[in-house]
Amino acid sequence: MIRSRFAAVLGVLLLFAGPAFALSSPSEMLANPVLEKRAEALGMQLRCVVCQNESIEQSNASLAQQFRGIIRRRVEEGWSDKRIIAWMVQRYGTFILLRPPFNPMTWLLWGAPALALLVGGAAVVLARRRHPTSPEPLSPAEQQRLADLLK
Amino acid sequence: MIPELGHFALALAVAIAAAQAVLPIVGARARDARLMGAAPALAVGQMIALIAAYGCLIWSAVVNDFSVYDVAMNSSSHEPLFYRITGTWGNHDGSILLWCLVLAVCGGAVALFGRNLPSALRARVIGVLGIVSAGFLLFTLTASNPFQRMWPPPIQGAAINPLLQDPGLAIHPPILYTGYVGFSIPFAFAVAALLEGRVDATWGRWVRPWTLAAWCFLTCGIALGSWWAYYELGWGGFWFWDPVENASLLPWLTGTALLHCAIVVEKRETLKTWTVLLAIATFSLSLCGTFMVRSGILNSVHSFAEAPTQGVFILVLLAITIGGSLALFAFRAPAMAATGVFAPISREGALVLNNVLLCAICAVVFTGTTYPLFAALLHMELSVGAPYFHLTVVPLLVPLFAAMSVGPVLSWKRADLLPALLRLWWAAAIAALIGIAAEFGLHRSFAAAGFAGAAWLILGAFAEVIERIRLFRIPLANSWARLQAQPLGVWGAAVAHAGMGVTVAGIAGMSLAMSTIVAMTPGQTIGFGGYRWHVLDIRKVPGPDYTARVVDLQIMRDGRQVAVVHPSLRTFTQQKQTVTDTSIQTNLLRDLYIAPGGEQGGKMVLRLHVNPLAAFVWLGALVMALGGALSLIDRRLRVGAPARRGVVGVPA
Repeated sequence: MIRSRFAAVLGVLLLFAGPAFALSSPSEMLANPVLEKRAEALGMQLRCVVCQNESIEQSNASLAQQFRGIIRRRVEEGWSDKRIIAWMVQRYGTFILLRPPFNPMTWLLWGAPALALLVGGAAVVLARRRHPTSPEPLSPAEQQRLADLLK
Repeated sequence: MIPELGHFALALAVAIAAAQAVLPIVGARARDARLMGAAPALAVGQMIALIAAYGCLIWSAVVNDFSVYDVAMNSSSHEPLFYRITGTWGNHDGSILLWCLVLAVCGGAVALFGRNLPSALRARVIGVLGIVSAGFLLFTLTASNPFQRMWPPPIQGAAINPLLQDPGLAIHPPILYTGYVGFSIPFAFAVAALLEGRVDATWGRWVRPWTLAAWCFLTCGIALGSWWAYYELGWGGFWFWDPVENASLLPWLTGTALLHCAIVVEKRETLKTWTVLLAIATFSLSLCGTFMVRSGILNSVHSFAEAPTQGVFILVLLAITIGGSLALFAFRAPAMAATGVFAPISREGALVLNNVLLCAICAVVFTGTTYPLFAALLHMELSVGAPYFHLTVVPLLVPLFAAMSVGPVLSWKRADLLPALLRLWWAAAIAALIGIAAEFGLHRSFAAAGFAGAAWLILGAFAEVIERIRLFRIPLANSWARLQAQPLGVWGAAVAHAGMGVTVAGIAGMSLAMSTIVAMTPGQTIGFGGYRWHVLDIRKVPGPDYTARVVDLQIMRDGRQVAVVHPSLRTFTQQKQTVTDTSIQTNLLRDLYIAPGGEQGGKMVLRLHVNPLAAFVWLGALVMALGGALSLIDRRLRVGAPARRGVVGVPA
């Protein structure tokens, strides 16, 4: 799980991190560790459509098992990641993507962090402008007294 | 007979709650001392009635009274006594009754511990709690009555879901609910303040300990849930960004913001309207967390299947509670003016930044969790999973963590940033060194950044204490004397912040986790992650209500035995369900985690994980809660607030 976070955050640096979690038997794994890692990384991004909120790498459902097999075959056949994902989306819809695509329907979703910060920042600025709440700066006499007290 | 008594006690509680909802608030408005004086008695009465009702439910489960529908569906005489008791809240009807019980206990606590509250404020607070109680108790009585009888009773009950038959999960709901429902007290104080049209330092002083207590429970509850997912679900992960998990995280985020704001109200009498809004938002999110998820609106592995009528009832209750309090806020909030002033660079300013960031994270998690719901309304199917949350939440966490260590060393009202940063140079230097060393040692940037962040948080947490005792600037003996004079509240804040650092270290460590899947026969040995894993035997062992296939696995390192563990697959005979019983061998610095996956042709499939610093994830949460508890027992917070002038009322 945490590996997927790792992979997501540093997707560019380390594209293919993430161990398999739910393979029901070792025989499912590809012999080539590089290809296996790619297949796992792909599987972590795809949702098991039978159970909720689990990637096909984590799911025990037989459908997820089939998907794992399909992805591993495609990887072995030399398909690119993009092509495999596009192929899966074409067959099963965007629902299968755990990481939603960036399109007009999801602008609000992906823009949420920036929007939340903007709204929060604007609220703070407006509140301060409406009630100017900054304290007066210390006068030289006050500063002198403060310096004396702190000695 | 006993279930009928429970049923009667529940009905009695509804009646008392209805009186509690009306009389004190009317009394406070009319300044009628007798009506206001009734508030504590009603709150305590409701609490006693619900304790009796819940006691009857537990009794029915303990004596295996299967004529009670709820017991028949969720308990069985083959289960150990402990799980028969905890099974009463492991289902929908019972868990809602428990929720109501905790709410009533909150009301009772305000009545019993709030003796020196101004009587009008106390009457209003208890009245508001009564309104919430009345609604949800009415729901329990009419739509989800746990005392419903069934005839003829079955000879044997259907037993609890095996996944829930686990000590961690058994105590999870009471702790989590205490956290969720505990926020009803700040909520009631906020609504009472809006009714009264006044928020002042006294109010802040009262709200803060209740908020802190609820926050501690919620922190523990979330950690316990995450820990359960780690060892019981068997994926080796600890946070799945599941709607149920997110629903508990949302009130925690706003609750954390509220906690910090209440300090500002108490010390500086500013940010008042914002604090009131946060109190309302936190309890609203708690309500949503408990009921939206349970109603099955959001897809989740945890939700109980529900009848649609119950969902509508709950939605109406939520709309009234949340909508009503927000409407009241819109009308009355402008009347409350801030008195304290502060510069942008100051402790208050830092707390405003903390609030903006925490609320932004909350907004992002909320958006991500509910987006599929709204997309479905537009006939678009999409999923929002872990990759989305990682990409959006982590960038917001970075400035939050950076500011967490700086805020406490700033002074109230106005501060200079540069001297404050200079006071932290050593923490920054050590954190940077750790980060660089980790990067060169591990070649994993996420983990290295995580360790640096953890060091920054832990060291920075104690910077304020070091500043207060003027370490190395005055003689050590004087520093020692100052150290002993530090109030517990200061330690509490430092420990809680350090706890966050411990959790961050755990998350960074977990990003280095390794795992593999092997099929092994007795006598076989493999090497993985620097350890030798040797299967001694695969046995069949009978349990109280299951049979288990147990693997005896010896783990060795450098020729020496590290541990012998016994993970198993438990097949529950009655429920015909197989549950993985994982084995975790921890020395706190790393977990060896073994989950059996099933047998294939005489071989046992095992998933082996080596999880560095896994225990730190939950340990950090415990440390955070400990920090909260330290603040709670601080004498300054326990001493009652001075009685206010000009308030009409009678002592209780």
